[in-house]
Amino acid sequence: MRLEPRETQSAAMTLAYPVGAIATTLVIASILVMLAGASPFNVFWLVLKGAAGSQFALIETLTRATPLIFTGLAVAVAFRARLWNIGAEAQLYIGAVITVVLGTGALPLPSAILIPVLTASVLLGGALVLLGPAFLKIQFGVDEVVTTLLLNFIVLLFVSMLLEGALKDPMGLGWPQSKRVIAEAQLPRLIQGKRLHFGFILALASAMITWFIMKKSTLGYEMRAVGHNPQAAAFAGIPVNRVLIKTALLSGGLASLAGYSEVAGLKGNLTLDLSPGYGYTGIVVAMLAMLNPAGVVAAAIFVAGIFVGADAMSRATNVPSYIAEVMVATALLTMVTAIMLSRYRIKWR
Amino acid sequence: MAIMKKDEAEPVLRLDGISIRFGDVVANDNISFELKEGEIVALLGENGAGKTSLMNILFGHYVADSGTVQAFGNSLPPGDPAAALTAGIGMVHQHFTLADQMSVLENIILGTEPLFSLRQNRAAARKRIKSLSTDFGLQVDPDSAITDLSVGERQRVEILKALYRDVRILILDEPTAVLTPGETEALFATLHKLVANGLSIIFISHKLHEVLAVSDRVIVLRGGKLVKTVPTGTATRSQLAGLMMGAELEETEFPGGEPRSVMLELSSITTQRSPGRPALDGIELRLSAGEITGVAGVSGNGQATLAAIIEGGQRPDKGTILINGEPQEGWSARRALACNIGRIPEDRHAIGMIGEMTVTENVISERYGSDRFSRYGILDQRACEEFAEAIIRDYDVKCPSPDIRVRLLSGGNMQKLILARAFDGNPEIILANQPTRGLDIGAVNYVHRKLIEARDKGAAILLISEDLDEIRALSDRIVVMSKGRLSPPSARGELSIAELGERMAGRGDVWEDQKSGGGKYAA
Repeated sequence: MRLEPRETQSAAMTLAYPVGAIATTLVIASILVMLAGASPFNVFWLVLKGAAGSQFALIETLTRATPLIFTGLAVAVAFRARLWNIGAEAQLYIGAVITVVLGTGALPLPSAILIPVLTASVLLGGALVLLGPAFLKIQFGVDEVVTTLLLNFIVLLFVSMLLEGALKDPMGLGWPQSKRVIAEAQLPRLIQGKRLHFGFILALASAMITWFIMKKSTLGYEMRAVGHNPQAAAFAGIPVNRVLIKTALLSGGLASLAGYSEVAGLKGNLTLDLSPGYGYTGIVVAMLAMLNPAGVVAAAIFVAGIFVGADAMSRATNVPSYIAEVMVATALLTMVTAIMLSRYRIKWR
Repeated sequence: MAIMKKDEAEPVLRLDGISIRFGDVVANDNISFELKEGEIVALLGENGAGKTSLMNILFGHYVADSGTVQAFGNSLPPGDPAAALTAGIGMVHQHFTLADQMSVLENIILGTEPLFSLRQNRAAARKRIKSLSTDFGLQVDPDSAITDLSVGERQRVEILKALYRDVRILILDEPTAVLTPGETEALFATLHKLVANGLSIIFISHKLHEVLAVSDRVIVLRGGKLVKTVPTGTATRSQLAGLMMGAELEETEFPGGEPRSVMLELSSITTQRSPGRPALDGIELRLSAGEITGVAGVSGNGQATLAAIIEGGQRPDKGTILINGEPQEGWSARRALACNIGRIPEDRHAIGMIGEMTVTENVISERYGSDRFSRYGILDQRACEEFAEAIIRDYDVKCPSPDIRVRLLSGGNMQKLILARAFDGNPEIILANQPTRGLDIGAVNYVHRKLIEARDKGAAILLISEDLDEIRALSDRIVVMSKGRLSPPSARGELSIAELGERMAGRGDVWEDQKSGGGKYAA
């Protein structure tokens, strides 16, 4: 068996491979479903219904997709320039911390001013979180996979410390949780009485802006050049280190918006279970989207749909909702395989 | 009647009707030939003629679409490199496959012994290697680390590696590309000793004089087909060139240039050795407008560092770079571009182009930030595409659209893009580092014409090349690089090939006065 690079990639192929990847994922998942003693068709139907079968389901899916769009964009941007940011989780929590520090009464401003100020502060804070690993990488060649990954644990413990101390809500009956953000800091709900909030619009806008930067701007051009071939980029006079710093700032900022939108749009306060791993799932989302910012939105909704749908499904059958995690992980593997197959052909013999 | 005997001998290797296609390209088209015992057969052909794919099929790296390979009367199973090795076929690749940190001895026995019994066999191995080296003139210290060896010595290790495995058929892929003329002579002597001992050799090359000097028979490939087999005794240089290129070779004689003011000056440039970058020792160099200065030398003697400094990829530890008489501060690739230096890098795949990006994206890479291609940080897609289309038209680049990825282009077309990018804006200084390596003859001529054209327009050109013929054909002045130093310049035609070879090997009195570094000669 041998791999040969393909010379061309037809448009049909770029479409067929992701579809094939998802079909393969369903086949693999059905094996587990059958082992759990249920009918795959029934289970997948219930997942679909739970994810998009009603207004409630749809709103729940989009709400769950919101933080994933932010973290997915953060990862897509960084990976494009080969800056392996595994630390979206940490950046998300820093975004949440800044929201709580500034949004629980420290800045008594009207909504129209407070929300932009918060957005800007969170962007800046998240950007600075990734600046450290980027600097270490450039200056000393320290692997950013290690630094960003380990920073996740440091930040999570730091947040835990804050919630037991400085940021602890005195009225919280001893629970490690922060005070609630003031009404002026809250992101408005899109539909009265439903959970979907303005953060979703912010996520879509971020996706559009990111897409524009990546496709149309000189910065996006520089990032792609540095990602594909840093030596050639340096030869052409592209300031590789400066591009990596800018990439880090952009990526860290985007990830921190996820924390902001979760606290100010949905939860209202900061707890240690704010994110069930949105930072890590962002990597899956970005890979499924093949690092394309527009694709990130679709991939985030897909992944969120599986989680939301699986929750609903497990209430109706005896298949545990963990199947969602298996499906998402399998989708990542099949997608990576599909990307490889779309670029190489296998020759047997 | 020794010659008659050779002809009657049973072939040790027989290739029969080998064909292979890659997409639309027929790399080998029904190729058959035989190799007899004690014979040196030269496989002659331009890059892309099918030499490498033929050898890859022989070695089982590729599987032929049709055809068979027989060694010593037995068919080799297709797609099985181990079978070729067991059958006694060995290959010395153009790019050596040695473990740098290990010793010569370790490299040679690597893979021939079971892992846990290495110790006790060392003495025997050392003895065997010693006797092989003396028998065949392959002097090398078995205990040196590969890193400390010269390129010529490394090649000897590769040959010893093959001999140690008792190969009966030895294939050498462009073995002289990295050698000085003197080392080449020594290699040829070794090859003659080997065939006298019953080995058979396939010598792959595109250099006519070497093929004529070393082989018994010449097999000429062109466009994937075997054009003709010629006994070396009756072959002439122009006949072979004609067969290889499909036309009689025209030996272009380029007129000399008219030097004017000094555009670039390097003054006592010195750098420390670093991985992949040999040291430079007191380099003095002046490039004048309207003149091509050729740097001859065996690769690895500091040319890469010299090029990196002019390109802006490295700053010298000591010494000054002067452009138009102005000493430069904060030297970088950007500064070099701002000083209107056009740069043709040595390795077009690794640093010249970004294979995964499109033609358009690649040709704008040195100027995307200028007003011509972007405003307020937003790329002007139209302007970029029009620029790429103009280049494709003017330089006759074979590509279906400016939107395809550069890695799909041939080497010659890629080089055209690099030339176009470097020559855009009429550079006053041009660095051409190995500008024709790996190109076919048409593309080589094209590059040469463009360089002469630029010189006649008044550019100061530095041409670094391992191809002495190219240096001698194009350069108005020649300097020789050896061990990080530059010889004083000599005018075109002043030195014979033998004299250049002496200088390339670091011998001769031109080097004496420069021992202390900071040479008094100003090249």
